[in-house]
Amino acid sequence: MKSCLVVDDSKVVRMVARKILEGLNFQVVEADNGQTAMDQCVKEMPDAILLDWNMPVMSGIDFLRLLRKADGGQTPIVVFCTTENDIQHIQEAIAAGANEYIMKPFDSEIIESKFSQVGLI
Amino acid sequence: MTITDFDFICQILKARSGLVLTNDKAYLLESRLLPVARKWKLATFDDLVRLIRSKNDEAVIRDVVEAMTTNESFFFRDTKPFDQFKQICLPAMLKSRAGAKSLRIWSAACSSGQEAYSLAMILTEMAPQLAGWRIDIVGTDLSNEILQRAKDGMYSQFEVQRGLPITLLVKYFTQVGDRWKISDKIRQMVQYKEWNLLNDPAPLGKFDIVFCRNVLIYFDQPTKAKVLAGIAKQMPDDGYLFLGGAETVLGISDKFQLLPGQRGIYGLTGGIKPPASLTPPGFATPR
Repeated sequence: MKSCLVVDDSKVVRMVARKILEGLNFQVVEADNGQTAMDQCVKEMPDAILLDWNMPVMSGIDFLRLLRKADGGQTPIVVFCTTENDIQHIQEAIAAGANEYIMKPFDSEIIESKFSQVGLI
Repeated sequence: MTITDFDFICQILKARSGLVLTNDKAYLLESRLLPVARKWKLATFDDLVRLIRSKNDEAVIRDVVEAMTTNESFFFRDTKPFDQFKQICLPAMLKSRAGAKSLRIWSAACSSGQEAYSLAMILTEMAPQLAGWRIDIVGTDLSNEILQRAKDGMYSQFEVQRGLPITLLVKYFTQVGDRWKISDKIRQMVQYKEWNLLNDPAPLGKFDIVFCRNVLIYFDQPTKAKVLAGIAKQMPDDGYLFLGGAETVLGISDKFQLLPGQRGIYGLTGGIKPPASLTPPGFATPR
């Protein structure tokens, strides 16, 4: 079973994402900002990370830059999932090492389609 | 809705588009035709049927047929056919057409253009290998309205997220408000034409590769056979036909046979198969 870390400061979004991902056979771990996500990754690198952009304490993009420099931080497949839907944000995310990008609102079909594109399912 | 009304609309649909509507799809009639009724300032489906019966208005009938035959489409729908196109069809064609350097591709029942544009993006990504080639992509659909959408190449955020890798979105689309417009470069690679698959496709010309996916499922057996025969006639011996995942030629047409080891790709029966070097795993070499 593959693992996915869901990073979002909204409890509701995390819950919806968890439900979808568990339906796709992922073991889900949650974090509510970039810092707690980083702590989790140091403990154990997940196979996939579904990542929000705007969060308190540490943003998604700062987390991603930190992750990609960290030991073993190249391996997780990172899929951004954010309301930031302009091309500048998307390009910035790709440059920082994101593998895919979902513009909110999302549904199970979008998650499934994006996860299968990057070879997670 | 009365059974007579249902049958009446079904007959129109069958005659105009080949679409066969089974009884269990009756709900689709009401949900899809209510917007058409409203467009013609009518309150209900029943009013719409009454109008068609009394006036036999061509424009109304046309709207009804379009509403019932329009189906959603995604970029790189089902992924696999596009991998097969890239890994099996194109290498074979690059070799066999090396002299003429010309390739014609048909996206039949192209809807809002996602399939045709997906192919255009693949070909653009392979541009170095295709230098000097003339490639035609022709998208056809019964619905003029949906073709207009295809030509516009403007998609919602929802549409560009299903199947389209983000790198291709960034490369080939520009953002217009909350919508995404495909680049002129990709758009100009596809020519769109209003076309009814029930007609003899001879005027469209010859096609090396035909995508006719998720269309045959709406037709009855004789119509399926007719459409397949029409496509076969427009194809060279080594052409490729892509059908949808739930579609087959088995028991319908002997014109095509499945490419051994490949789901969804068909070649003409007795046609030339890809050279052995490109033989996909599981392809039985003739002895």
